[in-house]
Amino acid sequence: MTPALATAGLTKRFGAQTAVDGIDLDVPAGAVYGFLGPNGSGKTTTIRMALGLIRPTAGTVTLLGRPMPGDLGEVLPRVGALVEGPAFHPYLSGRANLERLDAADRFADPRTARRRIDAALDRVGLLHAAAKRYRAYSLGMRQRLGIAAALLMPREMLVLDEPTNGLDPQGTREVRQLIASLGAEGVTILVSSHLLSEVEQICTHLGVMRTGTLVAQGRADELRASRQATVRLATPDVAAAAGVMERMGLSDVATADQSVTAVLGDVASEDVVAALVGAGVAVRELVVNRARLEDLFIELTGEGFDAGR
Amino acid sequence: MPAAEPVGLPATAISAPDEAASDLQGAALAAPAPAAVAQPAVAAWLRLLRSEMRLMLSRRRNQAGLGVLAAIPIVMAIAVKIADPSNQHQGESFLASIVGNGFFVALAALVVEIGLFLPLAIAMLSGDAVAGEAQIGTLRGLLVVPVPRTRLLATKYVALVLGSFLGVLVVAVAGLVAGGALFGLHPVATLSGTTLALPVALWRLLLVVLYVTAFLAALSALGLFVSTLTEQPLGATVAVALISTTMWILDSIPQLGWLHPWLLVDKQVALADMLRDPIYWPTMRLGLLTDLAYVVVFLLAAWARFADKDVSG
Repeated sequence: MTPALATAGLTKRFGAQTAVDGIDLDVPAGAVYGFLGPNGSGKTTTIRMALGLIRPTAGTVTLLGRPMPGDLGEVLPRVGALVEGPAFHPYLSGRANLERLDAADRFADPRTARRRIDAALDRVGLLHAAAKRYRAYSLGMRQRLGIAAALLMPREMLVLDEPTNGLDPQGTREVRQLIASLGAEGVTILVSSHLLSEVEQICTHLGVMRTGTLVAQGRADELRASRQATVRLATPDVAAAAGVMERMGLSDVATADQSVTAVLGDVASEDVVAALVGAGVAVRELVVNRARLEDLFIELTGEGFDAGR
Repeated sequence: MPAAEPVGLPATAISAPDEAASDLQGAALAAPAPAAVAQPAVAAWLRLLRSEMRLMLSRRRNQAGLGVLAAIPIVMAIAVKIADPSNQHQGESFLASIVGNGFFVALAALVVEIGLFLPLAIAMLSGDAVAGEAQIGTLRGLLVVPVPRTRLLATKYVALVLGSFLGVLVVAVAGLVAGGALFGLHPVATLSGTTLALPVALWRLLLVVLYVTAFLAALSALGLFVSTLTEQPLGATVAVALISTTMWILDSIPQLGWLHPWLLVDKQVALADMLRDPIYWPTMRLGLLTDLAYVVVFLLAAWARFADKDVSG
């Protein structure tokens, strides 16, 4: 199947600085693709190139099967985009701002404009504030207006650059839910974030940027599986428990005061419990830590996601 | 339309509670797009132009600017009205003719405002046009709609020309109203010594308005080009105002006579030739040719600059 977005050797240099360094992005059709990386790792620059706002220094972009920016006029009407945060005229109302964008769209039918604008505002929960000036909007409302702008027309793909930036937890959850429901309708979504936790649970695919390069990419469950589960046991019988675990084939068994940790590998945790009880080890508590992507990403990016801010 | 791949959401995928969902899911769906149908090209372009004009005219600063343009002829008319009558009838300027005929308030105001106020208005509007939208980021929003860059630039330019016409018209109408109220409107004595009936004179005034609009249209092309060079609208505005003012200054230095034919402003005061009988065209014809040359050169420059520009604001 044709990917919704594919880049080959995509590179952007600003003077001596290389912002994006030969990345091969692959966003399958129908995916909810989490585009992750610390601030300044090149995500927005990549998105700008994908949408034809800036020209690549080298490499190619194929969006919905068409070359960009060559076929920009045919491709972008099928794509809704929020690039680097919301940007609107401060002295116009939310609705007037959407009317302006709708008026700019050659494919938008003016007879249905009112209905489509109201539907988009309603979908992001802004209908009550439609007549307010954009200047008076909170940051969360601005973000949601930006998403509404991407939803004015039916889209095959949405590109949402940091849509949860600056939102409170409730706002973040609502945006996440919105993205999940759009994804469930079959819309391909590229959503970027510098915070893994904000998008991890809704993404089917993930790509991770680090200083201009794509350091990991693939299905989220596969990336998750690439890290093994660990087990932590609380027990007074540390030595005996460690012995049982080693005999069962657990690796990296480590003991501490009143606890033992080990990498579970292919062994089922219930078998471990049974073996421990069978060996007379007092099991106070046993916790299985499934792979946390957060750890993987900190490994991949070499730093916390907020580093460098 | 590619069939949507069944999306294998991980088990953890949908965890947000239902109350959040209900808030967001009631509305229309962004379903996979049906084949998009382009609207008729001219109608779609007019819709964008209307939106552009609405944006320009809804801005308080621009409304205030129009107010200032309209205030000048009113102030001039009042000043002449309350001035000491013994100081009247000095020189042959339009200003001196006001006492006899309110019609000349409009002309005098245009001659006064063409040097600074009208170019300043164009400088502000052209600063907003591209640099202003780049600064607040709305430019990228328009470009990903998408509005093809050439189309956007063309729309911006036409809006500037319409804005120019509106500004000049406001000066002329305010002048007629103020002059008419204070001095009355009468048949107009031409510079050639004949007299034009008032309706004929009003047509001549409309031609003057169009002539000044053509000058501002040329300045708008220059302004649009400057606006593509920067993301600072104020910088673009100052640059355009400086260029315009510098040209007026250079044009007033006789020693630079060789340069004058190249200056956009050189033939603009020839608008007075509209009040000869018959109209004396040669100077204005040169003026219009100069306008046209500036329009062509700077629109091409703006296009060359903008078509390839990285929009990262």
